[in-house]
Amino acid sequence: MKQSDFLKVVLPFKDKVFRLAKRLLVSNEEAEDATQELLFKLWKSKEKIAGYRNVEAFAMTMTKNYCYDRLKSKQANNLTLVHSNYKENETSLDKKIEYQDSVNQVHVLIEKLPEQQKIIIQLRDIEQYDFEEICIMVDMKPTAVRVALSRARKKIREQLTKNHNYGVS
Amino acid sequence: MELANIEELVEKYLDATTTLQEEATLKNYFTGGNVAIHLQEYAYLFNYFATAKEEQFKKTINLAPKKKRNLTWFSAAASIALFVSIFFGKQQYNKHEQRKEAQRIYVQVSKGLALLSSNLKKGEQAVAVLYTYENTINKILK
Repeated sequence: MKQSDFLKVVLPFKDKVFRLAKRLLVSNEEAEDATQELLFKLWKSKEKIAGYRNVEAFAMTMTKNYCYDRLKSKQANNLTLVHSNYKENETSLDKKIEYQDSVNQVHVLIEKLPEQQKIIIQLRDIEQYDFEEICIMVDMKPTAVRVALSRARKKIREQLTKNHNYGVS
Repeated sequence: MELANIEELVEKYLDATTTLQEEATLKNYFTGGNVAIHLQEYAYLFNYFATAKEEQFKKTINLAPKKKRNLTWFSAAASIALFVSIFFGKQQYNKHEQRKEAQRIYVQVSKGLALLSSNLKKGEQAVAVLYTYENTINKILK
């Protein structure tokens, strides 16, 4: 597999890898490093992936595992990533209209979800993978994926309604 | 799409039983702008999902391996250097030892020679005494 062939395979989903990494690692730099590292890992095992039917699913699984490892080593270093550690580029002060605010709030709400639900929300609602693919990526049974997804969606909606009704944001 | 239909889909959505197509329908409805008030929070949700999908990895992909120093060559060079230094070191050491040995022998030999010469001197003196003795006797006998 030549470099150009490899890029042809990888380019369609590199953004998905990046977004998943960012969902889990929170910071932009971390996610960029992770994406770079993962693409390099894929390139190194290019002989192997040439035989895979679904390179994308394989890459997403790798991303998930890699991010878990990163998070684990972070915990070991007593470093926690929280929302306040970084600034969302979209939220410039002058643009803080209520609507935009509520949209961004979803981001914070997703961040508060358990890791697994975060991944599943990311894969389903943002990347729109079908359940079959998600099952492969997260190595879970379809029912378990549905349960986790339903829980995550309900949780987010519940919080959104609460904030909306009380006008707290 | 009818509101009742949307509400039904929303329920299914929360139970995670919607298909991707149904979710696309929901997305279209909620990002379209004309959303029923009581479903407003879903508009936030689906608008967020839509914007979140736009984020891109903008850095250039670097597939060249990271500069890792080639340790095999490094260690080969180090071991050769070690062997060479041991070889020459051994030679130097041998030379040094030989010189030390030679010096020791020289000291011993010169000591022996000094002893010999001093003893010879003693013998000469004794002979000299004998000569004077004999001379005196000859004088007396004459």
